[in-house]
Amino acid sequence: MQAQVPILEAVSLVKVFGESTALDGLSFAVAKGESLGLLGVNGAGKTTAMNLLLGLTTPTSGQVRMFGLDLWKHRIEILKKVNFSSAYTNLPSNLLVWQNLVVFAKLYGVRHPKERIEQLLELLDITHLRKSVTGRLSAGESTRVNLAKALLNEPELLLLDEPTASLDPDIADRVRKLLRKLQAETGLSVLYTSHNMRDIEEVCDRLIFLHGGKVLAEGTPGEVHERFNRTSLEDLFIGVARGEVAAIGIQP
Amino acid sequence: MPFSFNTVSALVLRYLFLYTRHPVRFVELIFWPLVDLLVWGFLTVYLQKQGAGAFPTAITFLIGAMILWDVMFRSQQGVAISFLEDVWTRNLLNVFVAPVRTVEYVAATCVVGVLRVAFTLVILAVVAASAYQFNITSMGLALLPFLANLILFGWFLGMISTGLIMRWGQAAESLAWAVPFFIQPLAAVFYPVSVLPAWLQPIAHALPCTPVFEGMRAVLSGGGIPWGSLQSALLLNLVWGSLAATFFALNLRHVRKTGLLVKVATQ
Repeated sequence: MQAQVPILEAVSLVKVFGESTALDGLSFAVAKGESLGLLGVNGAGKTTAMNLLLGLTTPTSGQVRMFGLDLWKHRIEILKKVNFSSAYTNLPSNLLVWQNLVVFAKLYGVRHPKERIEQLLELLDITHLRKSVTGRLSAGESTRVNLAKALLNEPELLLLDEPTASLDPDIADRVRKLLRKLQAETGLSVLYTSHNMRDIEEVCDRLIFLHGGKVLAEGTPGEVHERFNRTSLEDLFIGVARGEVAAIGIQP
Repeated sequence: MPFSFNTVSALVLRYLFLYTRHPVRFVELIFWPLVDLLVWGFLTVYLQKQGAGAFPTAITFLIGAMILWDVMFRSQQGVAISFLEDVWTRNLLNVFVAPVRTVEYVAATCVVGVLRVAFTLVILAVVAASAYQFNITSMGLALLPFLANLILFGWFLGMISTGLIMRWGQAAESLAWAVPFFIQPLAAVFYPVSVLPAWLQPIAHALPCTPVFEGMRAVLSGGGIPWGSLQSALLLNLVWGSLAATFFALNLRHVRKTGLLVKVATQ
């Protein structure tokens, strides 16, 4: 039987900025329907990895493959099946929510944009925001509108960069549940970066703990913190941040 | 080269939404061009009166020059300001991770440039005709290739401005307005190239807009369509277009390599 091609494959990604090595040979794969978390302290290489995977930055060496295709050779074909949401990007703040969604629906070539937008507004419980000015939304509303944009093209792979940053626990919990529901219903694959351990534990099947641009550990959330004799992921995170875990050494 | 008109129309729609959501943006397209027109228009009237007939009516070329300069400026602004709109609204990353080819993105900003030109040109033409009896269509058929060459050159200057802003970040955003004015003294907008010192004249002749402004004066002075000038303008535009596209592409490659694209987009 032929092995299934990973949805996303990072092969020996290296990114050097001047004297500093932001990523040092990062390799991993995301299978269909899988949710992989990228975890690490500030400067660990998460954002650099995300930018390389989105084609916003070119790697010094290494390769990104999605759906079995090279990202840089088949960028448009790939990006039609991928989407992205980040706490650090906005939709144009001066447009109405529906205007932003219409523009992105057209950009992603959505066949029935009106129906799809209505469907997503309902799914994310933001139908009442249709005619709101995007820049006047609360953080929670804005996150849900960003998610609506990210789901417009029914992506096979969703890249989420700290999607619950600045959300209150209630909204963050709703977002996590929604993602799990979507995964269960659509077989969506997710790559998720977060500083929120609860996000990672609840949303991700597997995680990669990055440190200094390298993979410190990989496995299920439980496996990873147990490997380092830590009580929880958060405890491991703090240990790494304070240099206590570095003594254990990077796993081969 | 693959190209999607749907993608371009989606991007243009985004800019149209932006303008219709904020009518104040139209002020920029009306206010400054009208101020310029009033200043140059009254100057023309004054010179004609002072000259007591010594200045021919052809001196109205000052008004024509101002209007044609504004065509090039608005076209350049269409490209550069559209890019800045995406930076200001922190939307650039959303666009760059969408299935949008660079050529489609640039094409959309060029279309916005044409729309801006059309809007301002109509207003200036109407005011110039009613306030100063200057009829822009008095240039006859030559007006069309004049406009086409200026719009093209405006696009290319816009691409160069955008390339510089990408590379140097928002600190360099004033270049979006400044770049056309770097060349204005040499572009023979309000005076012929022959006025310039000899050593500056070759630079002036290397600009695609120079033969257009020289040609405009020739037409308004009663000459025929200056086909030679138009041919020069087109050839120079081909060269500038290639240079601007290369400059833009090299800068985009550089900012992707150095991570500056993300920095510019999330500043």
